[in-house]
Amino acid sequence: MKIFVYVDHFKGEAQATSWEALGLAKSFGATTALVFGSSVDDVAKAALEYGADEVLVADDSALLDFRAEAYASTLSALVSSSTPDLILFPTTTRTRELAAMSAVDLNTNVITDATAVEVNGDASSPLSAIVVTRPIYEGKLFEKVTASAKPQLITLRGRAFPKPEKVAGKTGTITKVEAKTDALTTVEGYSVADVGVSLNDAGIIVSGGRGVSNNPSLQPPADLDDKQAEIWRAHQGFKLVGELASTLGGAVGASRAAVDGGYIPYSNQVGQTGKVVAPDVYIACGISGAIQHLAGIRSAKLVVAINKDPDAPIFKVARYGVVGDLFQIVPALTEAFKKKLGK
Amino acid sequence: MKIIACIKQVPDSEAKIKAENGQINTGDSPLVINPFDEYAVEGALQQKEATNGTVTALCIGPESAKEALKHALAMGADNAILVSDPSLNNMDTVGAARVLAAAIQKIGDVDMVVFGRQTLDNGSGLTSAQTARALGWSLLGLAGQIKVQERSVTVERVIEEGRQTVKANLPAVISVVQSIGEPRYPSFMGIRKASKAEIPVWSLSDLGIAAPEAIIKRSELMNPPARDTSVEIISGESPAEIADKLADKLIAEKVL
Repeated sequence: MKIFVYVDHFKGEAQATSWEALGLAKSFGATTALVFGSSVDDVAKAALEYGADEVLVADDSALLDFRAEAYASTLSALVSSSTPDLILFPTTTRTRELAAMSAVDLNTNVITDATAVEVNGDASSPLSAIVVTRPIYEGKLFEKVTASAKPQLITLRGRAFPKPEKVAGKTGTITKVEAKTDALTTVEGYSVADVGVSLNDAGIIVSGGRGVSNNPSLQPPADLDDKQAEIWRAHQGFKLVGELASTLGGAVGASRAAVDGGYIPYSNQVGQTGKVVAPDVYIACGISGAIQHLAGIRSAKLVVAINKDPDAPIFKVARYGVVGDLFQIVPALTEAFKKKLGK
Repeated sequence: MKIIACIKQVPDSEAKIKAENGQINTGDSPLVINPFDEYAVEGALQQKEATNGTVTALCIGPESAKEALKHALAMGADNAILVSDPSLNNMDTVGAARVLAAAIQKIGDVDMVVFGRQTLDNGSGLTSAQTARALGWSLLGLAGQIKVQERSVTVERVIEEGRQTVKANLPAVISVVQSIGEPRYPSFMGIRKASKAEIPVWSLSDLGIAAPEAIIKRSELMNPPARDTSVEIISGESPAEIADKLADKLIAEKVL
């Protein structure tokens, strides 16, 4: 089986989940990494250090910004000439578009958000069948799927596969391949948000819900109306959530209720119309646990729930629970971790 | 400007969904317009208002999917078209994209096609990019803001790293995220209009294309693994004591 792994990066900064894809590919056999961009030698070298046997690089100033059309044409041309059986991608906003478009060019399709990939039969045989497990209906169900066309394009859910060890200084062949430059869009600029740790990659997520706005001991400034006062209170609550997250090196999440309430941008939303996450630890503060939210955190390895209401559904999925006031428990927890973890 | 909003009908997100004998059981929950697609309709209506244009809601689905189209009409869409054909029951996203592209070509003179970011059922989020590719049009994915000037469109995209401003010529395919603005509620007049609307149904032969074959096929359907549901409630005399115990537990789990 001939395997490619597409290494996703933003401005030369590789998405760590790309290495998880490399690790999985290596368990099937020899692996070729693909790196597209402009001046991306460092990404190519890192791909070798994370296990790629060789790297194919499309390096062109026209590929400086990710633009789906040009990247897809580059990939499709490369696939047409070197006919891989399988291409693995990390799941990111970029790879979704790239794989989607190439699939149209190559008369195949993409299996997204894989949480397990099995090869039935001998992986060295081109006839081996690849069976992919993925969540559907917001994680309420899982399906196993197969694809009947080659190459199979599979995007892997972040943190569903182990990240391989980096072997510093490992070298290998880096070969230049042709870049296609048929982009239809112009990138005019970025405003890179201070997003901290991304929810997708986070090993630890501390999340806030509607409860973060319910601190009665806070006195909002007098010139605010009721809604503004609620948001002001919620911001104080999310400050506590954020302090715990940063103490643990984690990301800040939120329930839909908190996002709908205008407490925090929707990019922080976990579940249903937001993100599905797979952290090792998920600490839910003042989140009751609507069904969509519970679906969104189903892949979390360990859930901690802090809520005033002992009957809140979130306790049904939690390993540890605290029935109490998050405004007291969360800062106390931050202090306890600072002390115990020496931070 | 002629705008298409592509929508799908899905089980309500509150639905309790179970796998039973290899089939999906959605219980007695209603089918609704895909919640992400309400944002697509909202984004399309904003552009209709900004450019004095029209919005056509387009859906692939069974006859019952007309209800989702009526929701779009009630929100303010001018027209609705259903593409329905028994041979489309098992299509995958590339198949859907080819059918949508054919329908968009048949509608003709389209300037902008708006999608939601993904559906609640399959959730792969591929169809907008694949439709753009099938049409040969540019894709502006995950837009939180859309601005049309003459024959060009600029969007602010919401990506992992922050926001990116991208420009393209029309016609273009755009997928939208929630920052586009909360979907408006159907007005009383809109609901009345929608209830009387005659929605044309196109078959694949109307589109002049053969049934696309699904490349991705499901071999098994599973309920998620059951969770160890025993919760250990941490209690104590003071928040500091509770926090201390909980921190020790989490450190002992070796997950930090």
